[in-house]
Amino acid sequence: MKNNWLILIFSFAGGLVLLFIVAPLLGMFLSTSGNEITETIKDTEVTSSIWLTIWISMVGTIIFAICAIPLAYVISRKEFFLKKLVIGIINLPIVIPHSAAGIALLTVISRNTVVGSLAEKLGFGFVGTSAGIMLAMAFVSVPFLITSAIDGFNAVPVKLEKAAMNLGASPFRTFFSITLPLAWKPILSGLIMMWARGMSEFGAVIIIAYNPMTTPVMIYEKFNSFGLRYAEPVAVLFISVSLIFFIVLRLFSKNKIDARN
Amino acid sequence: MLEIKNISKSFPNFSLKDISLKVEKGDYFVLLGGSGNGKSVLLEIIAGNTKVDSGKIILNGNDITLEKIQKRNIAFVYQDQALFPHLKVFDNIAFSLRHKKSTSTEIKNKVIELVELVGVTNILYRKPATLSGGEAQRVALARALATQPECLLLDEPLSNIDTQLRYELRSLLRKINRQGQTIIHVTHDYEEAVSLASKLAVIEQGKIVQTGTPEEIFLYPKSEFIAKFIGVKNFYIGKLLNHENSSDLKSFETSGILFHVATDEKNEDGFLLIPAESIVISENFNNSSSRNFFKGKIIDIFPAKLGLEVVVDIGVKITSIVSKEATEKLSLEKNKAIWISFKASSAKFIRL
Repeated sequence: MKNNWLILIFSFAGGLVLLFIVAPLLGMFLSTSGNEITETIKDTEVTSSIWLTIWISMVGTIIFAICAIPLAYVISRKEFFLKKLVIGIINLPIVIPHSAAGIALLTVISRNTVVGSLAEKLGFGFVGTSAGIMLAMAFVSVPFLITSAIDGFNAVPVKLEKAAMNLGASPFRTFFSITLPLAWKPILSGLIMMWARGMSEFGAVIIIAYNPMTTPVMIYEKFNSFGLRYAEPVAVLFISVSLIFFIVLRLFSKNKIDARN
Repeated sequence: MLEIKNISKSFPNFSLKDISLKVEKGDYFVLLGGSGNGKSVLLEIIAGNTKVDSGKIILNGNDITLEKIQKRNIAFVYQDQALFPHLKVFDNIAFSLRHKKSTSTEIKNKVIELVELVGVTNILYRKPATLSGGEAQRVALARALATQPECLLLDEPLSNIDTQLRYELRSLLRKINRQGQTIIHVTHDYEEAVSLASKLAVIEQGKIVQTGTPEEIFLYPKSEFIAKFIGVKNFYIGKLLNHENSSDLKSFETSGILFHVATDEKNEDGFLLIPAESIVISENFNNSSSRNFFKGKIIDIFPAKLGLEVVVDIGVKITSIVSKEATEKLSLEKNKAIWISFKASSAKFIRL
């Protein structure tokens, strides 16, 4: 009986947390009329902002994955000096205030910096551009990908890689045919997390670029200028579109193989 | 063909010391030793998975000590098989064929040839997680053989497999070896070693303590460790025959002597092991339940850990362990004629 009480009390406590997460979202959905939603869908300013947000975050995730996944592999497989410090640095963007992260980023990519002026010469800038937004999103979200990928690689036994090499496979072939497929599930999870976290970023993005306007910035702007009623439908639409994407991706990644089966 | 010269490798709490071995083409080379004696590490070193501190590995005259793992052409079957869990049996076996620019028909034919050899034709499209221990071991063998390796390394390949299947796998390994495949096989099981080895090395605390044919090692153990480890003084090579007048007994013939043996093995070549502790010495022939009675002459007596070892010539040498008291009571001494006996069920036959 003792055990049942424990589970009962814990379930109740846990239920409160769930309610805490669900209630505001549900409240927002319920207080927004279908009419308002339809109007918002017709507003091209809103829809193009949603697409822009989704796209920039997705492109950023893919570009950064090309370097972040190899980094995760090296961290998983090799012991090196100050490895713990490197892992700490990777998680830094999660713990610092995101507006501060935006400011920090600005000091590296604004027009009067080496990187910024070089980009300017190549015909694109970071401040007030999609490229800048992408960097701001990636800065705060890439730790999710790296951490998840490290977990994924850690779960793949080194012995399987050695076995592949015993069979004549080069390190590259071993990585792409054995390690990466076996670590794929956590990596995909990390990619989705990075993408989602990037999309929802507000603090760092608004420092780098008010325009082009990502949806989180637009929600803030509508709330500030017109009030709750105008911000709500945009938020509802954005959340709905994001949810559909995540559900589809989760279904897609379900039942995929990983190192544990 | 494969020569290991003075290999040493230190770990924080263990080291391999000055290991030298020579494996000829076509050998079935068994490394025998208790767990934690460095057998598996030695295989890892030969495969290139682990780097050595000093020493050389020579394969067909080429120094491969620093060669990359994937360039050595040495296949490794791990104790837990290390099959790729995300690939079906077919793709596991075809793994090494895929980067050799073979056509898909060539790959398919080769895979089928290999699964026929190892006897797993019906599980080609299953995932490793669904295989039994014996099936997984066969697939691992097929996968390793697909590379047509110069040398096949087996790490305790029969350790997680039940007895009946073990016999089948032993004959499979023998068959693969007879097709010319050089094999280095690591085990802690002397029965397995005797049954398979054409050459044997005993490894103890990171050192090779003896190398030779199974007969040489079992009959003339060079150290107490080997004698103890092997635990058998009476070791004969011969042939199992039908018993003249018994259906549940068999006869084992070695150098013209016939022993009575209780076994359900078929008639074939093999070894007979008789524990020295089970051999009884008496002054006269006495009728007892023992089926084996031989008259002989004591040729040697020397102290052993538990009493005395008495070596008797009955046509072949046979050793008995007796207590000091018994030795005195029977006044056993060199050249004395005595009888020895042992039960047919105390002798163990190991087929080749």
